[in-house]
Amino acid sequence: MNLPDGGRDGLVEDERGVESSDSWMIEVQDLTKRYSRHKAIDGLCFKVGRGEIVGFLGPNGAGKSTTMRILSSFMPATSGTARVAGFDVFHEPDEVRRRIGYMPENNPLHTDMRVREYLKFRARLKGVMGARARDRVDVVLSQCGLEEVSGKLIGQLSKGYRQRVGLADALVHEPDLIILDEPTIGLDPNQIRSVRQLIKDLSGKHTVLLSTHILPEVEMTCGRVLILNQGKILASDTTQNLQRMVSGGGHVVAEIAAPEPELRACWEGSPEVLEFNLSPMDGDYIRCALTPQDGVDLRPMVFDLAVRHKWKLRDLGRNRHSLEDIFVHLTHASREEEEG
Amino acid sequence: MRIFLTLVRRELGGYFGTLSGYVVIASVQMLLGLSFYSLVSVLTQEGSDTPLAEFFYETLYFWLILLIATPVITMRTFALEKYSGTYETLMTAPVGDVPVVLAKFLGAMVFYLVMWTPLLGCLWLIKQLTGDPTALEPGAAIGTVLGILLLGCVYISLGCFASSITHSQIIAAMTSFAVGVGLYLLSFLAPSVSTLPGWFPKVLRQMSMMEHMRDFVRGIVDTRHVVFYLSITLFFLFLNCKAVESRRWK
Repeated sequence: MNLPDGGRDGLVEDERGVESSDSWMIEVQDLTKRYSRHKAIDGLCFKVGRGEIVGFLGPNGAGKSTTMRILSSFMPATSGTARVAGFDVFHEPDEVRRRIGYMPENNPLHTDMRVREYLKFRARLKGVMGARARDRVDVVLSQCGLEEVSGKLIGQLSKGYRQRVGLADALVHEPDLIILDEPTIGLDPNQIRSVRQLIKDLSGKHTVLLSTHILPEVEMTCGRVLILNQGKILASDTTQNLQRMVSGGGHVVAEIAAPEPELRACWEGSPEVLEFNLSPMDGDYIRCALTPQDGVDLRPMVFDLAVRHKWKLRDLGRNRHSLEDIFVHLTHASREEEEG
Repeated sequence: MRIFLTLVRRELGGYFGTLSGYVVIASVQMLLGLSFYSLVSVLTQEGSDTPLAEFFYETLYFWLILLIATPVITMRTFALEKYSGTYETLMTAPVGDVPVVLAKFLGAMVFYLVMWTPLLGCLWLIKQLTGDPTALEPGAAIGTVLGILLLGCVYISLGCFASSITHSQIIAAMTSFAVGVGLYLLSFLAPSVSTLPGWFPKVLRQMSMMEHMRDFVRGIVDTRHVVFYLSITLFFLFLNCKAVESRRWK
């Protein structure tokens, strides 16, 4: 399988070839964070361009939150450098903090404050004062659909509304970069959908880095994915490219009513089919799972074959690799490598 | 500066916007009332040369309020934010460590002083009841208030520091209570070791909170005491800043 070269040692360089620091929102070089003996993140390298929505994907304990805390200059790294909008997170923390909106994991809020009051407090804390603070609070209240609860105590809000308050807080000072740590955790499906839509709406205007261990979330919202496991980056690419990387085009599945030996002969005889797997089904039908060569779409060929032999064809489809497969594939591969 | 004031306002909102703040005030009012009652009962018995204010601080009530109320006021400052996670949102906002520490200290101090204001009413009432202008001299009253303020600085800064080293409000309160009581008990240790030779008894006598407070309530504002209190306060505020900063050391 085609892991990027750097993937094995955790060094994944972006291939855009743009090197001027202006164009990068986040530049991370050899970032390592050690907690006593355990390395939470280990030599991370990645870059995020302006306006991108990037998903940070990994199992629990992969180092997502640690990386985000370092980027928001809440705590320093053990070694390596990280720059946000060209400012070093360790040496110029105030400049960095002014440019980011950070929503930590579990979205902590002051539950004894009212929504509008809280957002105003946060706006002032981030240096947005006076009439501008009022305007900005009004803007984010409507942007996040919080107008009708603006006078309520945060402690009385549902989880979905609280999540939106957290998002509104991250947005209130118009930051260049928005860092969201597990923004949809613990929400019901409807709430998840509305929060995702909110995040999608941010693209273009803001750069967004969000972490999650929910795979479809990344597929739906992010342009690019960074897969993180045990403190190392395993892959960094668009979801489409990742799918192509694991297997070109994915399996083709066809259900055909035909004698098994003839089918077998057919597949063996065609060079486009790398692998196949036959399993008998109800009646005369046989389910064929076919792995094609890179970039080949087998479906027209299967259809023609069925027409030629006058076989009945009742199902023909492509089984695209979901991000989940890719993820399992990559994390599994890295574990095998360690053991080997 | 405006960001600093925003932080102080938020602290005050935390005290006065929740029930716990009023519970503290109510409990202190009860203790103040009891002390006022005992004061009046002493006055009705016999004449005495001792100034009124001195009666007040000699009672256990004063120290009880100081030693118990300050840990309860300060335990939430950092520990609650750490526990609920809002510490992370606070420390990732563009504010420095020092303004955060000072704002929390100032907020707690304002609450502490508000908590003491009914005492002025008690003193005024005594003055009215006795009808004697010499019963409460302005100097003694100002000295008492100053003493309460400075002692408050010491205990509040101690409490803020204790709160900044833990996630648990209970541990914060217990730490500051234990250290606070220890500081207070040094006053009783001083006379018992005064016969010992060397520097030890001298140092203890200088550190005796009771000694300092006695001067204040007599209306004597000795710079030594003021410097003593302020330097302890600064010491704890310094430790507090370092404790906040320590997340960057790990």
